[in-house]
Amino acid sequence: MDALMTWLEARLADNSIFTLQTLGYYGEGLVTTVQLVFLSLIIGLVLAVPLAIGRGSTHRWVSLPIFLYCYVFRGTPLLVQLYLIYYGVVFVEGIQETWLWVILEEPFVPALIAFTLNTAAYTTEIFRGAIKSTDRGEIEAARAYGMSKGLMLRRIVLPSAFRRALPAYGNEVIFMLHASAIASVVTIMDLTGAARFVYARFYAPFDAFLFVAAIYLCLTFAILYLFRYLERRLLAHLRPASG
Amino acid sequence: MIDLHGYGPRLFEGAMITIQLGVLSLALAIVLGLVTASAKMSRSWVAHRIGTLYTTIIRGVPDLVLMMLLFFGGQIGINQITDALYNHFGIDIFINVNEFVAGVITIGLIFGAYMGETFRGAFMAVDSGQIEAGRAYGMNHWLVFRRIRFPQMMRHAIPGLSNNWMVLLKTTALVSVIGLSDMVRVAAEASKATREPFTFMIIVAAIYLLIASVSEWGFARLQKRYNVGYREAD
Amino acid sequence: MKMNHLLSLGVIGATLVAGTASAEVRDIRIGVDVPYEPMEFRTPEGELTGFDIELGNALCAEIGIQCEWVVQGWDGIIPGLQARKYDAIMSSMTINEQRREQVLFSDPYITPPSAWFAPGDVEIGTPSDETLEGLTLGVQRGTLQDNYVTDMYGDVADVNRYATADDMVLDMDSGRLDAAFLDFPIGKSTLLESGAGNYKVVGEKITEPKEYFGVGFGIAFRQRDKELAAAFNEALATLKADGTYDEIHATYFGVE
Repeated sequence: MDALMTWLEARLADNSIFTLQTLGYYGEGLVTTVQLVFLSLIIGLVLAVPLAIGRGSTHRWVSLPIFLYCYVFRGTPLLVQLYLIYYGVVFVEGIQETWLWVILEEPFVPALIAFTLNTAAYTTEIFRGAIKSTDRGEIEAARAYGMSKGLMLRRIVLPSAFRRALPAYGNEVIFMLHASAIASVVTIMDLTGAARFVYARFYAPFDAFLFVAAIYLCLTFAILYLFRYLERRLLAHLRPASG
Repeated sequence: MIDLHGYGPRLFEGAMITIQLGVLSLALAIVLGLVTASAKMSRSWVAHRIGTLYTTIIRGVPDLVLMMLLFFGGQIGINQITDALYNHFGIDIFINVNEFVAGVITIGLIFGAYMGETFRGAFMAVDSGQIEAGRAYGMNHWLVFRRIRFPQMMRHAIPGLSNNWMVLLKTTALVSVIGLSDMVRVAAEASKATREPFTFMIIVAAIYLLIASVSEWGFARLQKRYNVGYREAD
Repeated sequence: MKMNHLLSLGVIGATLVAGTASAEVRDIRIGVDVPYEPMEFRTPEGELTGFDIELGNALCAEIGIQCEWVVQGWDGIIPGLQARKYDAIMSSMTINEQRREQVLFSDPYITPPSAWFAPGDVEIGTPSDETLEGLTLGVQRGTLQDNYVTDMYGDVADVNRYATADDMVLDMDSGRLDAAFLDFPIGKSTLLESGAGNYKVVGEKITEPKEYFGVGFGIAFRQRDKELAAAFNEALATLKADGTYDEIHATYFGVE
């Protein structure tokens, strides 16, 4: 480890911008970005499944609020949602005295809430489309077997809907990664935050932003390949049979 | 009535900037998208490669990072060129990349890549028999494009176009971060000054929803127009 | 930021103003980042005012030129100068080595210290590695205070960087920040005297080491505009000699 450090230090000696310190900021930024995106996607996914089912409900008082939630969160910029949550919570009377403030004080949590609500709205629509396009025949077959609604949802509708939703969800993951760059606006030192810091300190926009663009590009490719792999595994039955 | 603390006119100006920015970037994106689609479908290996490189890079990097790169970096890049001109030839040129221009160029560049994909798919959906028929009538390349390929392509492209416009509209909010006084920026300033974040941000959110709803209606009309002669499948 | 953006887009090609470099000092535009009370800020009516603004106007009058102020965010203030959006920066900019590589500075026109500010109910001893450990500290991004805090306490404390001093004050009000490091006159005006909350200065005012705190605030010019810088230096010396400088200083900082 020490040998590696001295080697790195030697590499960076004739370079005033990419020192161990600034690379450290990029490193921490990478961790923050990945955490933020990963957590919001996971929580958003968990929220989106019941919401997508409820969105197709025949009860208006179930489907209408979900429709409105999706409409508002998909129709307004994430930046506006982030501002509302980050600055909004501060002005809730007396919140600083409650236990909630301990977690809301850190900028990470308001950002996580905003990102989660946003991605949940998009994911709900993706799943809703996938559920709607379930083959009628499959549903009729399940009914004929005497399956209850819940069992049918669990065994027939959802598994095939997840597979159909995969390509669209892959796009949503990449969009979320890119959208997370605005976390830097509320002082979070994510990847973009690190780049802005380096830019402001050294007035070197090309070094600061091209470097971070390259990191994002690598992350995007990693996600693309992951989803391509998943599609190959899970959607194998949809590929044309090779002769 | 809601008390805007005198920020009403500035908020309105901000909304106008958002709309101008959105429309101009859309125009640029459509032009770039058509060029990219042609490049990617072209038989020229170089054009194809450049088109692919452009769409890959743009779609791999966050909008905000591209915007900062272009806004902060673009200016310095231009300065280095003009300074070199001054130092070597004594020519004093001044090129100003203001926030608005940087915003239009960046958003246009970003969505040009997405539009390129939309248009490419749409062009490929046009029946090649129709193009051959046009040729057989003695139409030249341009006439085939104008009378046959473009109108039919638009029918397939409108859903994608409408989708891209909705995303583009929301992306305009990012210019507030590089200092352009769009409505998000005005609302953020007003919230801080008056200590009332909900009032201004909710108004801004409502304006975005309004613009989105109006354009949804507009695109539906457009779709109807280009769908003349077709019947939607059930 | 008027609605003539359509126009500006149209004439971007036309602003390729070609001309020859002239030696005479002409009317100029000065870039400034507001608000940074009491150095530069807007009155409720929207008019620019503050120590920098008033001194800048006096300097221009002394030289005999017209000066127009252009508001620009701190993040882009040096690139804006190089881009010739304006010809000088007079915006509480500390003279230091990193900036000297980019711009040409006038003689320092004021040398205010920096200081730590904290909410009245936060108990912090004299700032050091031990007393600041684990706290959340606020600075404005890209300022000398940012450089200083990052290098001195970046490892032991969380440093939150803000685009404007206003954003920082808002987070301090809300309780997200334990302490902020600011130019002393700015903290005094925006925190101590704002009446928005109960704040205090922690420890001594800080002016050392010089590699961070420089020799004071300077007016920045493009490297090649040496005549312009010389004209401002001369005017500054005159205003200091005839008492105008002291008068403006007293308006904003009182008599010490």
